[in-house]
Amino acid sequence: MNSSQRLKLRVFRIAVLLLMGAFFLLPIGAMLEFSTRGNSVNAPRTLDAWVLIAQTPGLVKGIVTSLQLAVITSLGMLALLLPTMVWVRLRLPQISRIVEFICLLPLTVPAIALVVGLKPLYIWVNINVTPSVLALAFAYLILVLPYSYRSLDAGLAAIDLKTLSEAARSLGAGWITVMWRIVIPNMPSAILNAALLSVALVLGEFTVASLLNFQNLQVEVAYVGLTNAGTSTAVAVGALVLAFVLLMVLTLVGGRLQQQNYIPGQRA
Amino acid sequence: MASETARSHAGVEVRMEELSRRYGPVVALNELTLTMAPGELVALLGPSGCGKTTALRLVAGLEEANSGRVVFGGKDVTGLPASKRDVGMVFQAYSLFPHMTAMQNVAFGLTLRRKTADERLRRAGEMLELVGLSGFADRYASQLSGGQQQRVALARALAIEPTVLLLDEPLSALDAKVRSRLRDEIRRVQLEIGITTLFVTHDQEEALAIADRVGVMNSGHLEQLGPPTEIYSRPATPFVAEFVGLTNRLPGEVKSGVVEVRGTRLPLVQPDAPDGPAIALVRPEAVSLATDGAMSDGPLVGTVIAVAFLGATSRVTVDLGDLTVMAQMPTSTAASTPAGTRVLLALRIDPVLIAREEKASGDA
Repeated sequence: MNSSQRLKLRVFRIAVLLLMGAFFLLPIGAMLEFSTRGNSVNAPRTLDAWVLIAQTPGLVKGIVTSLQLAVITSLGMLALLLPTMVWVRLRLPQISRIVEFICLLPLTVPAIALVVGLKPLYIWVNINVTPSVLALAFAYLILVLPYSYRSLDAGLAAIDLKTLSEAARSLGAGWITVMWRIVIPNMPSAILNAALLSVALVLGEFTVASLLNFQNLQVEVAYVGLTNAGTSTAVAVGALVLAFVLLMVLTLVGGRLQQQNYIPGQRA
Repeated sequence: MASETARSHAGVEVRMEELSRRYGPVVALNELTLTMAPGELVALLGPSGCGKTTALRLVAGLEEANSGRVVFGGKDVTGLPASKRDVGMVFQAYSLFPHMTAMQNVAFGLTLRRKTADERLRRAGEMLELVGLSGFADRYASQLSGGQQQRVALARALAIEPTVLLLDEPLSALDAKVRSRLRDEIRRVQLEIGITTLFVTHDQEEALAIADRVGVMNSGHLEQLGPPTEIYSRPATPFVAEFVGLTNRLPGEVKSGVVEVRGTRLPLVQPDAPDGPAIALVRPEAVSLATDGAMSDGPLVGTVIAVAFLGATSRVTVDLGDLTVMAQMPTSTAASTPAGTRVLLALRIDPVLIAREEKASGDA
C-alpha cells in the first residue's frame, strides 16, 4: 500500500468515525439541550430537570430496579448459559445447533407475543411466589439469550476448550474448578461483552415491563414524560451515558485482562 | 535435587483388561489387553483411527469403556473419573493454561491437592529444573516455543507425582529437530523417575526409539506387542511388517513351507502357510546388490533408478521391469551403484512374512 492509498484510507476512516459519531452524539446532544432548557423562550440554562430526578421517587426506584434487574439478569445468564455451552461443546456437540437455535429464537419472537405467552406464568408467580418486579429477570433472561450466546460462543471458539479442560481434569480438577479456574479466566472479554449486552438491554427495556405491569426505569421515564418531559429526557440521557460508561469500563477491564493472559513477548 | 525427589516414586503395574470402546456401530477399541511393568515405557503405534488414542483416553478416564477394566497397581480404577485417577498427561495440542505462568501451570495440580505455598513452589521449581526450564518460570505460554510448552506440560504432569504418565502424541506438533531432542529428554526424565508410561504415536521411528516395548495397533486391536527390535525384525503379521519400516512386496509362490521369489527360495515365518501365490514382504536391508561381471538378463537383474541419501545409509531403488525393489546399504557401498547402473539383486535367506492380496504392486 503506497502513501497515497494510506492517506485515502485514513481520511475514509476519520470520515466514517465522524459520521458515526454525529449519528450517535447528535440525538444525545439534542436531548441534553432539551433537558437543560428553561421554562420560557429566553430563560437561561437550568439543571432543574436533572435535579428533579432525585426528587421523583418513582424514577429513583425505577433506576434502582433496573440496575438490580441488570445485575440479576447478567449473573443469571452467565450461570445458565456458560456451563450449558461448555457442556454442549465438550459432551454433546451433536446438539449444538439445537441449542443455538433455541438461544437465537427470542430474536424472532415479537415482545408482544412473548408477553402473551408469559402473562399467565407471571400471574401465577405473582400469586404463589413473589410479586416483586425482580421476577422480570426471568423474561429478560430469555431476551438476552441471543446476544449473550453469540458473545460467549465466540469466546469459547477462541480457546482449545477440550484440551484445556482435559488437562485440568487429569491434574485433579473437578468440573466446577475447570469452569472457575480455567474456562472463565480464559475468556474474560467474551464474558464481559455478554454481561454488557445484557445490562444494556435490561436498562433500555420498556415493552415487556410495561405490558406485564412492572415499573422499571423505562416505564418510569415514560410515565414521568407524560407530566415532565425535561426530567424524562434527562433520565434517558443519564441512562445512555451510564450504558456508555459501562461499555468503556468493561472494554478497558476486558482489554487489561486479555493483556494479562497474552503478554506479547519474544518467543524463546 | 530434582532427581532425588523424582527417584523416590517407583512405577506401578498398569493393566488394561479386555478394554473395549464403541462409538455407535464403530468399534474403536476391541478387547485390548495389555500389561505394563512398573517403570516401563510402552508405545502404542498405529495409523490414524487404529484405537491407540482411545486406549490412552480410557486409561486416563477421559472416556468410559463399554467393557473391560483398567487396573493401576492392583487397584481397579475403571469407574473413577479422570480427576481421581492420579495420572499425569501430556497432550498433542499445546495444553498450558494461557492465563498462568509456567510456574503456575506446574503448580496447578499441587494447588488442587492443597499443598502449602512453600511445597508448591519447591516442587514446581524442581520439576521445571528437571525439564531444563528453571529460567522460564515466569513466562506465559505465549512466550514459550512449542518445545518449551511441551516440556512445561511434562513438568506439570509429573509435579503431581502421578501413578502413571500418559503421553498422547506430545511431539507431533513440533519440528523434526526439536522433536528428536524432546523425545530423548522425555525418555531421560521417564527413566530418572521410573514412572510407568504409555506413549501414543503414529511415528514408528519415535516409538522404536523411545519405548521398552512397542504395541502396534490396527483397527482397534493389538497386532503385536514386543521390544522394538522384535517388532522391526520379526513382525508377527503382514500389517506390522508393512507399517513398521519399509517393506518390499515381492510376488512369489508358496510351496511346502517356503516362498519362491524369482528363483530365490525364502523360508516362511509361518511354515504351515498353504501353498499358492503370495506376496513376500522383504525388508530393504535384506536386499543386496552386485555389479561385477557381465550380467545377462535374469529375474533379479535390473537398473538402478534412484539413490536416496539417508546419512550413514542410502536407499537404492532398482527397476526389475515389472517391479521396483528397494535395497538399503551403507552409503559407501551405494556410491558404487549410481542411477543407471545394471545390478544383480540378491535376497538374504531369512524367514519372511507373506501377504495374500490379489494384486501385487511390488512397491514398498
